[in-house]
Amino acid sequence: MEKVVEPKIYFRTGIALLVLLAATWMIGYVDLGPFNLIVALAIAITKAIIIALFFMHIKGSSRLLHLAAVAGLLWLLFMISLTLGDYYTRGWVPLGH
Amino acid sequence: MPTLTSPVSEDAFVGQQFDDIEQQRDAAKLGMWIFLATEVLFFGGLFLGYTIYRFTYGHVFVEASHKLDVVIGGTNTAVLLVSSLLMAFAVRASKLDQRRMLTGLLLGTALLGCVFMSLKGVEYHKDYTDHLVPRMGFKWEGADPGNAELFYWIYFAMTGLHAIHVTVGIGIMLVLALLAWLGKFSRGNHNTVEIAGLYWHFVDIVWCFLFPLLYLVGHR
Amino acid sequence: MNNATSEADSMKSATEVIVDRPGEFARENYLSIHHGVKAWLLTKDHKRIGLLYLGTILSFFVIASVAAALMRIELLTPQPKLVTSETYNKLFTIHGVLMVWFFLIPSIPTVLGNFVLPMMIGARDVAFPKLNLMSWYIFVAGGALALWSLIHGGVDTGWTFYTPYSTTYANTHVISMAAGVFVAGFSTIVTGINFIVTTHKMRAPGLTWFRLPLFVWSLYATSLIMVLATPVLAITLALISVERFWGVGIFDPKLGGDPVLFQHMFWFYSHPAVYIMILPGMGVISELITCFSRKQIYGYVWVGSASMAIAILGFLVWGHHMFVSSQSVYAGMVFSILSFLVAVPSGIKVFNWTATLRKGSIHFATPMLYALGFIGLFTIGGLTGLFLAALAVDVHVHDTYFVIAHFHYIMVGGMVMAFMGGLHYWWPKISGRLYPEFAGKLAAMITFIGFNLTFFPQFILGYLGQPRRYHIYPPEFQIYHVLSTAGASILGIGYLMPLIYFIWAWRHGRVAGPNPWRATGLEWQTTSPPPEHNFEETPIVTGPPYSYSPEKDADLNLASL
Repeated sequence: MEKVVEPKIYFRTGIALLVLLAATWMIGYVDLGPFNLIVALAIAITKAIIIALFFMHIKGSSRLLHLAAVAGLLWLLFMISLTLGDYYTRGWVPLGH
Repeated sequence: MPTLTSPVSEDAFVGQQFDDIEQQRDAAKLGMWIFLATEVLFFGGLFLGYTIYRFTYGHVFVEASHKLDVVIGGTNTAVLLVSSLLMAFAVRASKLDQRRMLTGLLLGTALLGCVFMSLKGVEYHKDYTDHLVPRMGFKWEGADPGNAELFYWIYFAMTGLHAIHVTVGIGIMLVLALLAWLGKFSRGNHNTVEIAGLYWHFVDIVWCFLFPLLYLVGHR
Repeated sequence: MNNATSEADSMKSATEVIVDRPGEFARENYLSIHHGVKAWLLTKDHKRIGLLYLGTILSFFVIASVAAALMRIELLTPQPKLVTSETYNKLFTIHGVLMVWFFLIPSIPTVLGNFVLPMMIGARDVAFPKLNLMSWYIFVAGGALALWSLIHGGVDTGWTFYTPYSTTYANTHVISMAAGVFVAGFSTIVTGINFIVTTHKMRAPGLTWFRLPLFVWSLYATSLIMVLATPVLAITLALISVERFWGVGIFDPKLGGDPVLFQHMFWFYSHPAVYIMILPGMGVISELITCFSRKQIYGYVWVGSASMAIAILGFLVWGHHMFVSSQSVYAGMVFSILSFLVAVPSGIKVFNWTATLRKGSIHFATPMLYALGFIGLFTIGGLTGLFLAALAVDVHVHDTYFVIAHFHYIMVGGMVMAFMGGLHYWWPKISGRLYPEFAGKLAAMITFIGFNLTFFPQFILGYLGQPRRYHIYPPEFQIYHVLSTAGASILGIGYLMPLIYFIWAWRHGRVAGPNPWRATGLEWQTTSPPPEHNFEETPIVTGPPYSYSPEKDADLNLASL
């Protein structure tokens, strides 16, 4: 028995994604200083979450799948943050540019 | 919400190591999600390099980013998002035994993948004639040409690796379309389509990050 | 002939040990059921795949050992006698590459894990048998690429491929060697995915997580590391290959790149990789110590949790390989503290194994000799790791023979001994026959003596200042090198003996029966050799593992079966 999702969920997700794309594009032409990166990343993360939730059917799936979905990202964060720590303390990466 | 119940015919597709179709499906989904986690870390190495150098060479990266064709990049993002939509419907069609719909949607996904690759090809050619390809006629008028070349190296590495993944995805979709046409995904044997869909959506997600990080550094 | 013919029998759980079962060789088993080359090359049976891997990794072990032998012979004299410096560089490189990626990392998981894991959890096979076979082919392909590189002159960068030498200045076949490792890495990832899904989804009824044998916990933890770390190695090798090919790259100072970034990425994988290598060994030790002291493991939850803690913490310490690389002192301090922390779960395990021995009924059978050797030698290796984790000490001993001795104590004194112990322990299950016990004990002791003679002098050498990867050294170090080479010859004998007697025992060993060790564990509740699908009926588990008691088996003498 497999759950079948209603088409309107998929359509709404698709439209939301295209709207977010438009937002990404528009932000790219506005000067927000350091927030350009933060907003762009936030929009990208939102897109990723709704693709995962609705297209990849994470919504309603087991906690184990949620864990698998998140694990890679968490480990990537470990790798980036500790490495950045080295580069920051060596003067390569100026925080608060 | 409509559900599909055909337990008797489903068991024909259960591998001997599994007890029932449910276990097989769960195992396959978990396996694919773990594989996607490995892909996150595979791309992750490039994201690490990007992060370090973007913060170190901020100004040059902004300038270099603005020379990329944001129209092609943006269009390609839309192309992939729509292809994901088609793929989601394809998975739905496979669960509802809609052979023709499934075949069409899989072909549509593959087609949009090809559109993506074609636009990428056009874009790469343009980058080449604009002298933005490292070591292949690279020319940079501004300051810090080395750092600019570094940006473009990362750009080609990340989009190139992504393009390889898209190509593999197109291949998978074409094979699945053929199998779908031959009626292989009927009566409960639809998990393969769902698993392939997970891969395709992942490839889409990666591009959702690549687009702003490469094309929209700073502001235009 | 089988043990689950009635309902009552099929209710037999991991808590009940088969006693008084006469030694029977299962006439119809996973080996007898199909014959011929295709039956092996197209098998989906995890047991046959385990044996395929065994043959393959042994071949690489032999090649890597030859390289080591040549190095040790060269090191007998302070001046070059046997090889040029360029060749010496290639020797230690191929030794490291093959030993790490084509022997140690696959060893226990792909041989013993493949064979035993499904049986231990009462399953008919792993979750993805076809992928399992594919992982072996991928492994062979990676090995073929590495051998191609070797035949065409090899690589001289060291197994660590540091930039900018590997990307810019080396004149050797770096790309093909890196490609070989890249491909082999995918074999690891596939195995890891298979084991994780198998453990989650295919446990027998009643086999809850906290009733799992600790070998399963350690393989699970290992698999987590495999899937999370190996992709980073893959991208790193791809990056240096592309940089080498293209002429520029992200590690290139000409573009403002940092060669040390390579080290961050390389060690982000390679430190967890050492835990991929040792965790399965630790899992084997838990099985051996309990069986051969006839006692429940001390602190089951602590040992299982320690495996998970090692897996997670092991990802946060990679910078301790980079203390003198120009990494910042602050990063160094963070990595140093975390490295001290990651030693704690290992210490917990050693304590718990020792506590398990206390008041147990100790049987000095061959597997137990290897297990006891492991505990001692791993402890020495692990403690010297703490020396290296201390920033100031590391400045003195980094890149010296001290480091070499440290990791060989863990990898050879620890891991290889665990592998040998596990191989002897499960050999009766795999082949249906016993190996010759006296020869086994003798080989174990020769190995122990040879090992210590080889590697203990290297601690001294390193502390006195002998750098690693040098074959020219001051004459006053010669005595230590001579001792080390002498030890290596003895160690070689210790490894050769099992190779010979296992082959002999395959045909001529005494029949073992289903459970010669009177061990708990589902794998012993089926015949030896096992049937193709492991169990006639899926077992049901009703109690915890290791339900041994020292008083119960008073008549047992496992040291002379």
